[in-house]
This record gives sequence, C-alpha cells and structure tokens, in this order.
Amino acid sequence: MTRTLTYAQALAEALGEILREDERVVIFGGGFAGITPSRVHFGPLFKEFPGRFVAPPISELGLAGLGAGAAMAGLRPIVDLGTGSFVFEAFPAVANEAAIAYYTSNQQTTVPVVYHLLGGIRGAGAEQHSQAVQALFWQTPGLQIMLPGSPADVKGLVRTAALASKNPTLFVSHYRLMEVAGPVPEEPYEIPFGQAEVKRAGTDATIVACGIQVPRALEAAERLAADGVSVEVVDPRTLVPLDEAAILASVRKTGRAVVTDETPRSCGVAAELVARLVEQAWGALKTPPRRVTIPDVPIPFSEPLEAFVTPGVDRLVAAVREVLG
Amino acid sequence: MTEALSQAQALELLRQMLLIRRFEERLVHLYEQGVFQGHYHLYIGQEATGVAAIARLEARDYLFTTHRNHGHLLARGVAPERLLAEILGRASGLNGGRSGTLHPVAPELGILQTSAIVGGCVPLAAGAAFSARYRGSGQVAMVFFGDGVLEEGAFYEALNMAALWKLPLVLVCENNSIPPELRAAGQFPSSTHAARQLVEVAQSFTLPCSVVDGADLEAVYAVLGEMVARARRGEGPSFVEARNSRWPGNYPLYPAIVGGNTELRWAWDPQAAPAEVREWTDRSDPIVLWIRQVLARGATRQEVEALDAQLVQQVDRATEWAMQAPWPEPSTALQGVFAEGRPA
Repeated sequence: MTRTLTYAQALAEALGEILREDERVVIFGGGFAGITPSRVHFGPLFKEFPGRFVAPPISELGLAGLGAGAAMAGLRPIVDLGTGSFVFEAFPAVANEAAIAYYTSNQQTTVPVVYHLLGGIRGAGAEQHSQAVQALFWQTPGLQIMLPGSPADVKGLVRTAALASKNPTLFVSHYRLMEVAGPVPEEPYEIPFGQAEVKRAGTDATIVACGIQVPRALEAAERLAADGVSVEVVDPRTLVPLDEAAILASVRKTGRAVVTDETPRSCGVAAELVARLVEQAWGALKTPPRRVTIPDVPIPFSEPLEAFVTPGVDRLVAAVREVLG
Repeated sequence: MTEALSQAQALELLRQMLLIRRFEERLVHLYEQGVFQGHYHLYIGQEATGVAAIARLEARDYLFTTHRNHGHLLARGVAPERLLAEILGRASGLNGGRSGTLHPVAPELGILQTSAIVGGCVPLAAGAAFSARYRGSGQVAMVFFGDGVLEEGAFYEALNMAALWKLPLVLVCENNSIPPELRAAGQFPSSTHAARQLVEVAQSFTLPCSVVDGADLEAVYAVLGEMVARARRGEGPSFVEARNSRWPGNYPLYPAIVGGNTELRWAWDPQAAPAEVREWTDRSDPIVLWIRQVLARGATRQEVEALDAQLVQQVDRATEWAMQAPWPEPSTALQGVFAEGRPA
C-alpha cells in the first residue's frame, strides 16, 4: 500500500522506523527541515524518542568529529548539520577523518555515520546559505553520497544509510524538496546504494538528474511531451556509489544527453557524468551532451538574480531542444 | 592519594619506557639509512607520561593519539615489529602499510583511529566516550595531544561537548616545551598561545584540571588514576597538562639522536653524558629519572642493564622482521575504500 507523503513526511517516517529498530542510532541535532514549514513533522520524533536526540552546541566541526568517533566505537549516529554550507565548518572531520578512517586502518575501523545537509538554492538564502556540496565531497573518496529526489527515495535511502551500511554517508536534501509530494509505500524498505531509477521512460533524449533536479526534469519532460518529444529521466539517486551502467544504457538508447545538477558548473556533478558519457558512450552520442548547472558564481539574494542562476525547468527544456538538434 | 607502585610495576613501567626509547632510537638510525621515507615524530623525553597514564586504563578502554604516537602504542601493548613494519610501509604492518607513522591503529587494544591532524583526535575521542556513556559500557576514552591542539578550534568544540554531556573522557595535553624549573608549577607563557597557562583555558569549561610534571612518573600515575576513576564513575571529563622539557633531538626539522643512544649509566654518572645533552638528561630525561627511582627502591644496576639488553634484542628482532616484511601488492591501493556487506 502506498500513500501520498511529502519528502519531509517520508523522511520523518523513515527516521521513526530506524530509531524504533536499532538502539545504536542516535540523532545529533535533528531539525532536518530547517526553517521550512515541514519542520513540524520532526517534532513528534523528539517526543517519542527523548533519549535518542542530542541537542548539540553550535559546533559543526566538533560534532562531525564526535559523530565519526561514536560511529567507530559502535554507534550509528545521524548528525544533522543543518544548512548545507555549514559542512564547510565541519570539513576536516568529514573529509579528513570520517572519509579516510576505513581505508587508512586497512579495513579495520568502520565509520557508519550519516551527515545530513539541507543544501541548495532555497529562496533568499544569499551567498552563504545556498550552496550545494555534493561535487565537493565527490573529491574526498571514502564517503557515500546520496541525493534523494522523491519522497519514496528518501525513505528507502536513509534506511540503507542508517541501518544497512558500514560506511560514512553524506545525505544531501534540498530545501525545495521538503514539500514535494509523491507515493510512498507504508512498510519499511531499503533502496540499495548504486542503483539508479528510470523516473520516466522515453526514446528521444535522456536527462540525467538527481536531487532537486528530478522533479524539474520530470516537469521538463512533461512539457516536451506536449510537443511530441519523448524524454527519459534517469536518477542515479546516489553519486557514490554510482550506477554508471544505467546512465550509459539510457544514453546509448536515446543517443542524446542532458546532464543536470544544482552545483556550480566547473568540476561539478554534471561535468563528471558528461566526461564518463564521452569516454564510454561516444559512439552512441548523436549530438554533443549538454550540462544544465549553476554558472560559476556565488548565489545572490535578490529574487530575479537567484532565479537567473538556478538550473530550472526552462533551461532543461531548452537544453533538450538543443541536443535534439 | 593513590596507592604506591610496587617494585614489579615500577620495573614494568621502566621496561615500557626503555622499549619506546630503544625503538625510536632505532627508527632514527633506519631513517638516516634511507630505510623509510616521510616526516615522522618521536616521543623521546615524554615516555613517563604515556606509560604512567596508559597504565591506568583497562583493556576495554579507548585510546586516541596523534602523529606523535609510537610511545602510546607501545605502552598500550602493540607489537613493536608490527608498528615498525607499518612505519616502513610494509604489508604486515598494523595498517598494511597504508598509514605509515601517521595513523597506526590497533582496534583490539581500543586504538580505533589515529589522526595526524592537529586537534583531529579530540572530537573522535569524545565520540568514543559518547558511545561508551550511551551504551552504559563503563569504558573510558583517553586522548593524548600536544600543546598545539589548544590553538585549534576543534579542541574547544569537543571540550565543551564533553563537559556539557559529562563524557567519560580523559584529556592528556602533553606540553613538551617547558623548561625544567617550570614543569611542576609556575607560569608558562606559550609563544603561540595567549593564555598565561594552558590549564587555565580548560578550567573555564568547569572540569577538573591539573598540571603535572610529565617527567615525574609517579605524579602522572597518581593524577591519571583519579581522572580515569572519575570518568568511569560517570562524573565526566578531566584535563591534565603534563609538562615535559623538549628533548634536544626534537629541535631540528627531522629528529636526530643528539649525543648518541641513551646510556643507562647517565642515571648514576651524569657527567658521562655528552655535553650537548647532559643538562637535559640529568634534569629532564624521564628514563634517567626513573632509573634513579628504581635503584633507590632496591633494584641493582645489573638488573636494569639486563632488562635494557633484552629490549635492545627485542628491537633487533623487530627490525629484522620488519625489514624482511613484504611490500603491499601495488594494485591493492584500489581496495578497501568502502566496507562491504551489512553491519552485524
């Protein structure tokens, strides 16, 4: 049985299941939805599991390190770092402690910690509260990176990260996903990492999208369908590990690719995925692939400026028309 | 006041200190012969602090340390040949050659991860202490770090959380830059910290703090006994600044055995020590000071010399073993980034 839930409701439901099932799960912080209206969905969890939530001081660096140490010593902490850019304060602990411990210990010390970030262009966040960091942490090997793009995916992926994995996971949510609604199964389930999903089947072009770009890509596909263009939307769901085969298969089928991510253009998620397409599906590409990303600028406050740099539906539609030639 | 050390315990702690000293002297010679590469850090001159503090831990407790870790690992009971093989980058080293001197671990001894980033180990240790308290396991986490850690923000964040949440954490700050006359007490204005005394910084977080002469083994043993007991009773963290005087060999960019390998007779014949280290060995070398103690308690010079000879042989055997240890298969560099399978 499925019901319609928002992303935030599905996340709260998953956290409740996880807390109920495994006493080793401890949540540091736990706002999850930040200042969005969806924050109300997490309050009941604090009441149901009073000993399982820890209210930390404003100490991202110390807290991220403490979470890693607690994970090494047998717990399964979920550290909610809040706004995505706050991970910059915690960078050494995430990139230089949690990410490397399993490797440097020669597979002796595992670090099953989850770092949750509420990232992305959120509307009036200005330069310091709007960043997406998934590409940055793709450069620090040892971290799993999950970017759910739907309510059903967040429920299944967070369960995998919290209960079924031995590795540190960067869990990137997006402000503008919190109120996105969709069907969510009632029972608990895991979505394996490294397993993409075709969100919409199509034949003329592929959009590869994750996180907030998934609903945007689906809307673009819908709009293009009205003009008789059949777009396939592939969501890798996790960047690390990456389901490269599913992306390649779709692009080999359609021969045309738009890759989108809400990260800055250079060395971004889309840049990496396009590089892989060029290396491995060159012969299948009928036209050059296109990236739809943030330009290489900080995110400005004023609404028209912010909208201009956001990789929204209009730009996706235009990019698909471009690859169609 | 804690119970006094028995003569057997006193000799055991001397054995550990001498093992550390002979191991690290050998390391310098191996480095000078080009046997291994990379920057490395020695514990020479701080041995009393490590062995006396670690003697207070139980087998199940956690121990976190830094880039200056050899002494802590050996005092905890790590096999010297496996530590040496790791420093040489060999497959049979503690970490299979992935860490070298920087991140050696021994999870079975509670050494889960060693961070070589200044300040990195303190939040990790606080996390292990959090886990112990959350699980009600009765374990304690002890963390060693240098005075430079008090210049890093991570220290303050972790200290605050440890104090707020009364974590079973014992913080051992090894200040290795104190002149001998100021080790036990007095004012010490660090050249790179604005605080008058480092211990005053920790005191403001409302946890018990002490200053101890790090070359005075019994004093360290007494202070750490109380701090570990307090943590185990659930009364929260403590901080100790153990003051050591920097070994002259630590001054250059790379360590050097200034004055040659330690000779036990420097304990009973201070003038026998070379002039360039005589002042340090006579007043600040914890091994020289502790040999004088065990002799005063009735041990003989022959006994101490025989113990030392055994340790030199042990280091000889460890060196031979590590030098013959295989190198890792190059392509294994690609393995073990992620743990596979489900957790237990």
